[in-house]
Order: sequence, then structure tokens, then C-alpha cells
Amino acid sequence: MNHLVALPVLLPLLGAGATLMLVRRPRVQRVVSMTVLVAVAATAAALLHQADHEGPQVVWIGAWPEPLGISLVADRLSALMLLVSAVVTLAVLAYSIGQGMTGDERERTPVSIYHPTFLVLVAGVSNAFLAGDLFNIFVSFEMLLFASYVLLTLGGTSARIRAGTIYVVVNLLSSSLFLISLATVYAATGSLNLAQLAQRIGDLPEPVSLLLQLLLLTTFAIKAAVFPLSFWLPDSYPTAPAPVTAVFAGLLTKVGVYAILRVQTLLFPDSPLTGLFLWAALLTMLIGILGAIAQSDIKRMLSFTLVSHIGYMIFGIGLASAAGISGAVFYVAHHITIQTALFLVVGLIERRGGSTAVLRLGGLARLAPLLAVLFFVPAMNLAGIPPMSGFLGKIGLLQAGLDDGTPLAYVLVAGGVVTSLLTLYAVVRTWALAFWRTPQQAHEMTVALREQDPEGSGGGPGGGGITHRGHIHVGVVTFAAHNPEGVRQAHDPDAQDRDLYQLLRDGELPARLPWSMKLPAMALIASSLALTVLAGPMFGYTDRTAADLLQRDPYISTVLGDDR
Amino acid sequence: MNANLALILTAAATIGCGVYLILERSLTQVLVGIVLMSNGVNILFLVASGPAGGAPIVGEGPVEEMADPLPQALVLTAIVITLAVTAFLLAMAHRSWQLNQHDDVQDDVEDAAIRRLAEADAASEGYDLSVEGADDPALEEEGA
Repeated sequence: MNHLVALPVLLPLLGAGATLMLVRRPRVQRVVSMTVLVAVAATAAALLHQADHEGPQVVWIGAWPEPLGISLVADRLSALMLLVSAVVTLAVLAYSIGQGMTGDERERTPVSIYHPTFLVLVAGVSNAFLAGDLFNIFVSFEMLLFASYVLLTLGGTSARIRAGTIYVVVNLLSSSLFLISLATVYAATGSLNLAQLAQRIGDLPEPVSLLLQLLLLTTFAIKAAVFPLSFWLPDSYPTAPAPVTAVFAGLLTKVGVYAILRVQTLLFPDSPLTGLFLWAALLTMLIGILGAIAQSDIKRMLSFTLVSHIGYMIFGIGLASAAGISGAVFYVAHHITIQTALFLVVGLIERRGGSTAVLRLGGLARLAPLLAVLFFVPAMNLAGIPPMSGFLGKIGLLQAGLDDGTPLAYVLVAGGVVTSLLTLYAVVRTWALAFWRTPQQAHEMTVALREQDPEGSGGGPGGGGITHRGHIHVGVVTFAAHNPEGVRQAHDPDAQDRDLYQLLRDGELPARLPWSMKLPAMALIASSLALTVLAGPMFGYTDRTAADLLQRDPYISTVLGDDR
Repeated sequence: MNANLALILTAAATIGCGVYLILERSLTQVLVGIVLMSNGVNILFLVASGPAGGAPIVGEGPVEEMADPLPQALVLTAIVITLAVTAFLLAMAHRSWQLNQHDDVQDDVEDAAIRRLAEADAASEGYDLSVEGADDPALEEEGA
């Protein structure tokens, strides 16, 4: 019994209540929510230490007789996820405070509800990582989803309502599917406690347990955005305010990955479904990254790389070997920090350059050298340039794939390398267009694109610059035709129609970015670099995690108390 | 275990109707579909709880004849969540109506872009179909 385990859930919930009462005192509100998140991070660090040295920590909520009550369990995997998510949410909250809550002054978002909602989101994420039974996982998914519905539609602009509708309906469907799988699991086993299920599912006839497994995996694959179930993601994430997109991209999909990992290792160790997982991973990686290359909006490009890199984690889980799981866990930790950091930097780009469409940007490297560094480092890390953590994570996974030695695993290794290279291509293209050329070149190119349109401007903003079979060619660079205006317009009808060059000429951009926004982004990038420096101990930890997960015993015996 | 066939059929019919409605374009219909579907799923929990029995309150009757209380607790939680979701979706439908005078689910950005491409391509590359394609009322109707 360790009462510390309940704190990462309780503190944010209490904080949400407190900040809701403090709606009229924004300064106190900010202090409360920052304090809560710092406390959560400290608790998570303590739990990590205890889980690593003393084994899994359990707390039973509500003093019910033990296997019946609600258990929260912090083993090595949960504690690590908890710590990473606490650090990331802390940075994002600091960033959004620096941004003036949710940014975009012109949208007049109801900022007073931002803090309570954000804290409920944090509580949901923590609860998902700690939950010791399937129904509790369902409840925490609902908690974090509900908070995300509110954050995604913040302000209720047309673009956000459009994106929010799709997001909400998809997630409601997956929640219904989750409930159906819970009913089936309960009907088959008479329990929803993960540790009890781990003992009972093995006794079921194989078709029944396969049915349960596929139901649960489908549910979690929707949350994690694994290939055939991933199309909702790139469409709904980019419209939200930058810090919101950052925390969604970092955490929400990883909660799904965590659930897949937990269910696969704890409940269905005898049925790894390696073939299914590896194919899903390959398609997720390749189709995701091809989507990213086709994008001209940095936020959308990053949303597609997010989907693509989920494939690496699924790859590791699918191998079901110690090395594979260890690599997947490392990759999850790496990817949460790096993806969140990148979205925060994109928020900075949007503020400094007035847009996130690469065709409107240019010369940011000269205009804001620090911003350029802030984009360049995590972008290279995402692509996996040595010696950064992205490289180490990929090496770990590819090594595990080679150890596996099956032809399909070799295909996956090749797919992983190709995806890494294509990621590099996607981010370098963004770098070259948004940072390297001058704003004037960018402007001239846009003008050239418009003039190449045979129909003139008759087609409206959406029809601008289409030349050949839907592609625009300028020099050696090719764009899908809808890029110059279309996507941006459809996303955000209020978007200004001028590019960076014109905005600079008119002197309408803030001369510098506030440190209160830059510092949190820098802190996150620093922690991703720390992951590189500490990769040795970190891989030691993930190896122990993988051993725990494959052994299953520390978890089951601690929860059910067999050894006491 | 013995399952109640009537409950299973009810659940299947309700979920089926729910799925059909979710595929509609109007958010209000989607909402009704989601309510139907979640009710169907709740009935499924009654199937999972096994045969009907007495009220699960200690002292009301012998323990062996009680119904399983846990699925009932789960259904209760699910009902509360559905209530909240319904309220939120209604608010979104209302907002959508405020903004657009309709509550249809709109095309996603890629869809819209691809359709624009198709139209523009037909005009610029000299596809002979262009005239019919551009004026196709079906395209206009579905427009975002």
C-alpha cells in the first residue's frame, strides 16, 4: 500500500476544482496549476525511484476488499510514462501561460476554463498510466478525451468546430467499441482487474481470447492512430491552439500505445500476433511519412510524422522480444518529448512569422536565429540524426528487428530506415523553405505561383497556381497544387492573406518572442537532449522494464498480494 | 453461461440502428445514433452480467440469488458519460448551426482539397468532361 500512487490523479483533479473556483483571479489560477504540475512531476520522480528499486507500487482506492476494489499500480513502465508526461505537461502549461493562455488574441477564447480543463486532461493521462483494471482505463480515457474535446474546440471557431466534430465522433465510436470489449471480457472471465485477467485469460478457449484481444487492440489502435485507423488524426489536431496540439500530439496517442503494450504483455503473452503488428507498423510508418511529405503546412506535416512514428513503437511491441519492447518504451519516451517540443516551436514560428504555411515563410534563420536553432535541433532529432535520442531509439528498434531475423522483420528494418530518411527529407524541406531563403524569395515564389495559374485568379483562393496535374513546379521544388492557399484557407478562414514578406514590410509582426514562451520550449528540447546523454542508464531502465513486462510476475503478485 | 437471447437481439438491433444513424451527415442524427448505440452497449452489459436475480443488497435475499452488481455499476458509469457526451455534442451542433446555418458534418481538409484539385484539373488540362464535372450539382451540394 503506497498512497503516493494516487497523488498524480488526485492532485490535478483537486487543482482543476480549485482553478475553476479561481476563475476571476487569473494570477492565482496560474500559480495553482503550475504548483500542481510541479508536485505531480515530483511524485512521478519519486514513484519512478520506488518502482525501480522496490518493485511495483499498488494502492487500493475506497477500501473495498482487495481484488474487488479499484487499484492503481505504478510499475516501471507506468512510472516512466508518468514522469515523462508530467515533465511535458509542465512545459506546455508554462508555454501557454507565456503565450497569454491560449494565444491568438483575435479569437477571444474563454481562457478561464483553460486551466481546469488542462488539469483534468493531466489527471486523465496519469490515471490511464496507473489504472490497474480495464474499466478504470476506460474511465481515464473518457476523462482525457472529454478534456480534449473542450480544448480542441476552444473558442468555437468554424475551423475548430469542423475538426472537433470529426474528432469527437471518432472517439465516441472507439469508446463504444471499448465498452463492448469490456462487456465481452467480463462475460468471459468475470473480472476486469488486469492482474486477475492475466491469470484467467489463459484458461479461455483460443478463439474467445483471440476475439477479446482483437476487440481491445482495435479500440486502442484508434486512440494510438495506427494505420488503417489513423486518418482522423492529421485532420483534427492542427486546428487547435499550439500548446493544445503539442500536448495532444505528445501524450494522447502515446496513451493508446501504452494501453496496447500493457494489454499485449500482461493479458495476451501467448498470442503476440507478430505478423499483424508488423504489417500495421510498416503501413503506419510509410503511409504516414508519405502524407507528411505532401504537406505544406508545418503543423499538418508534423501531425503526419506523428502518425508515422507511432509505427516504430508498434514495430517494437509486435516483435514481443525483450529488445523490441525495451526499444519501444525508449522510443515512446523520446517521441513524447520531441513531438511536443516541435509543436511548441511551431507555435513560436506562427507567432514570429505570422503563419505556419511554408510557402508564406522565409528567412526565419536570419530573422530569429534562436528560433532556427530551436527548430533545427528537435527536427534533426525526430529524423534520427546521430548521436541524438531519435537515432538511439531507432537503432535499438532496428537492432531488435535484426535479432528477430524473420524476413518480415528485415522488411520492417528497411521500412524503418526509409521512414527515417523520408522524415529527414520532410523536415529539411521545411527548414530550407521557412528558414533558409529570404522572405523576398518566398514572396516572389508565391507571386510566380499565382501567375502560372492559367485561369488567373478566377478560381478563387483555392484555385491559385495549379499548373500540371495538380502539381506546381518552381525550379526543382514541386508542390501539391492545393498548397499555396487552399489548405490554409480551409483550416483557418480568418488567416491573413499576406505572406511573411508583406507582413514584414507592413511592420505588423512582433519584433521578438517572449522568453516565457521560448524557455519552456528550450527546456523540453534540453530534456530530449538529456535523454541522449543519459541514454545508457535509460536503456538499462527500459531493459528492466521489458524484462518485467515479459515476466509478468512482479505485477501480478504485487497486485494480488500472493507473496505477502 | 446462459445468455438471454432477447437482450442480445435488442442490443444488436439498437447498435445497428445507431451505426446507421452515425453514418448520416447531420450532426443531430449522428447524436441520436450515438445515444442509440450507447444504450445498445449498455444492454450488452446486462447480457454479460448473467441471469437476472434479486436486488444485490445484503439482507434483501440469499446471496446466491442476487444479480451480479458489478456490471450494473459499470452501466451506471457509462450512462453518466453518455449524458455528458450528449450535452457536448448538442452544444457543438448548436454552434455549428450558429456559424453555418446547418449542422452537417463537413468534409475534411484533404477531401475538400482533392475535390478542388479534381475540378481545377479538369479545367486546366483540357479534360472533355470538364463542363459536366464543374457543374455537377452533387459536388456543389456536398461542399464544405
